Amino acid sequence: MLIPRPWRLAWLAASLLLNAEVCEAALDLHGFVQGNYGLDTASANPDGRDSKLAEERIQLKLEADQGPLRLFVKTDLAWDHLDDQEDLELREGTIDYTAAAWDCKIGRQMVTWGLGDLVFINDVFPKDYEAFFRGQPLEYMKKGVDGVKVGLYPDFASFEIIAIPLFTANHFPDAKRFWLYDPMPGVSTRRTIEPGASLDNTEVAGRIYRDIAGFDASLYGYRGFFRQPAMQPEPAAAPARLTLWYPELAVYGASLQGSALHGVISLEAGYYDSRDDGDGDDPMIPNRQARFLVGYQRQFWEDFTVGLQYYGERMLDYGNYAATLPPGMPAEDRLHDLISVRLTQLLRHQTVKLSLFTFRGLASGDYLVNPEVKYNFTDQVWGALGANIFGGGEPWSQFGQLDRNDSIYLQVRYEF
Amino acid sequence: MKRLILLMLFLVIGPVARALAASPDEIIQKSQAAFFYPGADFKARVMMKLISPGGQERVREMTMLRLNTGEAGGEQKYFMYFFQPAEVKDMTFMVFKYPAKDDDRWLFVPAINMVRRIAMQDKQASFVGSDFTYEDVSGRDLGDDVHELAREEVLNGRECFVVKSTPKADSAGYGSKLSWIDKASFLPLQEEYHDRAGSTVRVFTADEVKEVKGFPTITKRTMKNLQSGHRTEVSYVSQDYNVGLEDSLFSERFLRQPPKKWIE
Repeated sequence: MLIPRPWRLAWLAASLLLNAEVCEAALDLHGFVQGNYGLDTASANPDGRDSKLAEERIQLKLEADQGPLRLFVKTDLAWDHLDDQEDLELREGTIDYTAAAWDCKIGRQMVTWGLGDLVFINDVFPKDYEAFFRGQPLEYMKKGVDGVKVGLYPDFASFEIIAIPLFTANHFPDAKRFWLYDPMPGVSTRRTIEPGASLDNTEVAGRIYRDIAGFDASLYGYRGFFRQPAMQPEPAAAPARLTLWYPELAVYGASLQGSALHGVISLEAGYYDSRDDGDGDDPMIPNRQARFLVGYQRQFWEDFTVGLQYYGERMLDYGNYAATLPPGMPAEDRLHDLISVRLTQLLRHQTVKLSLFTFRGLASGDYLVNPEVKYNFTDQVWGALGANIFGGGEPWSQFGQLDRNDSIYLQVRYEF
Repeated sequence: MKRLILLMLFLVIGPVARALAASPDEIIQKSQAAFFYPGADFKARVMMKLISPGGQERVREMTMLRLNTGEAGGEQKYFMYFFQPAEVKDMTFMVFKYPAKDDDRWLFVPAINMVRRIAMQDKQASFVGSDFTYEDVSGRDLGDDVHELAREEVLNGRECFVVKSTPKADSAGYGSKLSWIDKASFLPLQEEYHDRAGSTVRVFTADEVKEVKGFPTITKRTMKNLQSGHRTEVSYVSQDYNVGLEDSLFSERFLRQPPKKWIE
């Protein structure tokens, strides 16, 4: 009898675990079983199906430690009914060492920096936007990075430095499942080139943080690549082929967060240095940008919280961009800005959570609305029912292009 | 020598004089010191059961660490690590408590490795969905209420002061509170929260008191909501004082990766 490969791996992992459990006491196993389903409400997918999500998933989290050493493995096995395939994914897998004034973490790890709620300036780490747009739990919007992180903790400030030798791109919605704006629909020959693993291509990110007068202050730096690909049509005059590639990027930023105005104020900014387009005269590569965020969060009454954000991206070489943009390509505005509102109400001893999240582009007029109801049936079982509604703006705007992709989703999870 | 005599006089007369002429404010001040501030620091493994009127139980299990950074009634730092339920396992929560202004609160969400400040100005909001409020866990500012000695009586064989505390501001979630404060330990053995019409809304009872390193400690307690019938039972699985918590523990670094020796 042939056993599918993921099953064999799962069996192997389980038997290793059981053996390990016998001889090692400091071992901890947790995880969940989850069903996650979506239903299109605006139109069927480009591939004709009426769902962008139908899967069951098991996650196992294994933790073991011995003195200052700790092993952590988080792995997912998913059954995707749309593509009819199993998918084994190592979400995180790290070994870390902790000393009094420093620590070190090696392996696939989740890194979350910055203060934005679903907008990212100094969180330069990979995201999975498809996971979010099709209704997976929020944690699936973050992807791990493969690298080494060192933390240093002298008295005057804390330091984190990460070296990432293996590039991970953002995951964007799949054109089979999502209706998306395509600037060159006629060019079907496409290839993607990712930065190869080499010393030159190793991404480096750093953060320094400390308390300043009761505010949490951070400085950030990053040298690596855009995680959203740029398009290079070839030949430029009458494109027959498209190359998707990842231009070089450096980011320098800062953030500040603290209590003020009976709530929490967040300020964050970053300078995006597009190193392959220093003068901004290549419209196929992102222009240099200033990105900024102002956030305010406040609890108005028991278990009811409001979060507001203003977020902007401003092109710094707009003149050169506009002058070199080929005719027929939609021109982006110099300033792309949006506001977001998040309302959260907890009820019935915090077992019911009603939430509403919305984005609205200020100049572009596009929007995203994400209402959700979550209920914890017991301490082990919860279910969430929500929707993603897109629209407004031009057909190439961030959320406007997703107009036909509205869906409702269901998440049910048993945690152990 | 003169000083020594004065000191001895004070030591002898002090307790007598205090018992004779304890003002309601002093009783509450001492009660808060005995309830929320004993020791330089405190560590407890806490089991919390949320019990619905129908009998359905939900469990919140955590380690709670407290460090006094000021004197009794002053600033404190709290660190909580959650074991149960599974959904919040490895979550940590940190509070810097300030008597005269809004607390600072941080939450660590392990699923996305994120540390965030959270806005939670309402100290009378429910603590993790239980019948206890944040104030019930970490104390209420002495000056927020007018305190008066209602009477003295024996409760379950213990001599108690019964103090009525009426919030000065209308923003409080209740009209007044009646506290039965043990004359010996100054721990509250029972509290009744009344609404503005005078009917009892919530009742707190100290169900077990143990002496830990010389500090009388409530190791089992219940808060019952009489209107909804919901109640929360809290018991300490283990507890200890003066364990040597350091200020550096209360940091983003350890929120993300709490040291085993402090949370187990």
